[in-house]
Amino acid sequence: MVQKLDRLKESPSQTAGPYVHIGATPNWVEITGVWNEDLGLVLVEPETKGERIVVKGRVFDGSGTPLKDALIEIWQADAEGLYNSPQEKRGKADPHFTGWGRQPTDGTTGEYKFETIKPGRVPYKDGRLMAPHITFWIVARGINIGLHTRMYFGDEEKANAECPVLARIEHKVRVPTLIASRSEENDVPAYTFDIHLQGEKETVFFDI
Amino acid sequence: MSDDGSFYQRDRSWHPPAFTPQYKTSILRSPQYPLLSLDNTISEMTGPVFGHHKPGPLDNDLIRNYAKTGDPIGQRIIVYGRVLDENARPVPGALVEFWQANAGGRYRHKKETYLAPLDPNFGGCGRAITDEEGRYWFRTIKPGAYPWPNGVNDWRPAHIHFSIFGHAFAQRLITQMYFEGDPMIWQCPIVSTIPDRRAVEQLIAALDRESTLPMDALAYKFDIVLRGRRSTMFENRMEGN
Ligand SMILES: [Fe+3]
Repeated sequence: MVQKLDRLKESPSQTAGPYVHIGATPNWVEITGVWNEDLGLVLVEPETKGERIVVKGRVFDGSGTPLKDALIEIWQADAEGLYNSPQEKRGKADPHFTGWGRQPTDGTTGEYKFETIKPGRVPYKDGRLMAPHITFWIVARGINIGLHTRMYFGDEEKANAECPVLARIEHKVRVPTLIASRSEENDVPAYTFDIHLQGEKETVFFDI
Repeated sequence: MSDDGSFYQRDRSWHPPAFTPQYKTSILRSPQYPLLSLDNTISEMTGPVFGHHKPGPLDNDLIRNYAKTGDPIGQRIIVYGRVLDENARPVPGALVEFWQANAGGRYRHKKETYLAPLDPNFGGCGRAITDEEGRYWFRTIKPGAYPWPNGVNDWRPAHIHFSIFGHAFAQRLITQMYFEGDPMIWQCPIVSTIPDRRAVEQLIAALDRESTLPMDALAYKFDIVLRGRRSTMFENRMEGN
């Protein structure tokens, strides 16, 4: 026998199920009084630096039907491109911006919506800058292990063209699945990022 | 310490695959293209911090945190354990969230239609932050098994759902805890999405007589393992180690 490496196995994932909201957003499913405010609903305070934006969209299954029971989490850098995390060693992020959000998809329309700020650029491992992006994590009934993806900005064509992560996508026809289109919503830039779990427009998901 | 390296690649053969036809909802919700492998960037190696100030005193007491007229019906239990990483090191400051059905197997959710009654004293959600040694614990009642529309007669074994935030977004995990000795574990189409029996066993909490509260509550021990990081020993030529 050789020596043991003494490593543990990661706990296997199980689906979040249809009632993930009980644990994640209890007030949203009318379980009130346990705690006052669901975590992750509000990202932006008046003091937060950066351009206010809306990020919204839906998650579609292989039949084109929007998921009405999904939960979406986002994680992003602040306006200067710094993460509000102890693992961030490049500087101190905006203390008025956590960078983390969590929203259920609407029980009727399937739409999710975050009010946040546009993130700054963050370097890739080799120092080249990645294009501004928001990291997404999607869980729902029928999803056995949470799905990681990224949203990029449709009005950042130059940055997107030089992003080392987007450049790694071999099938260039799939790159647009990660790029949100811009419109205006009450004078605030709104980015629509629809996620397709299957089919011709299947979103690129990452094994990170 | 070597807490700067990227994470070990996820062992996808230990986790359930996306497409598991015995669990019907997965059929239309499973991506079919291969995942794009991406060595961690700062975007995944960082993560939000919840700190020790967020949870309130009853957040980890599901017997009391929704009680209106008295304690909920059901078998009183303590669930405790540690959050560790793959290097067997504790993960302090992790946010652990849990939710469950009541003793009759009914969830408090507007879309839930099972005929078992709601318990007016049971909400079914709680949360805790791990301490310096990675420990968490909570008090609750044992959830009941329940039927669900998949096959015409499929039942879920008693289980508690868990969501865990470690130190990095790459570690994000949702899973379920089962109870030692429950024969229904091995009949469940969701449990069987996990291909390896040893991986299923990693989700079965052990009955721990030594941690029971005599004349009060049974105890179950449930440890959770999150992804671990590579040592930066070599990349950094020993700097910072
Ligand atoms: Fe359940």
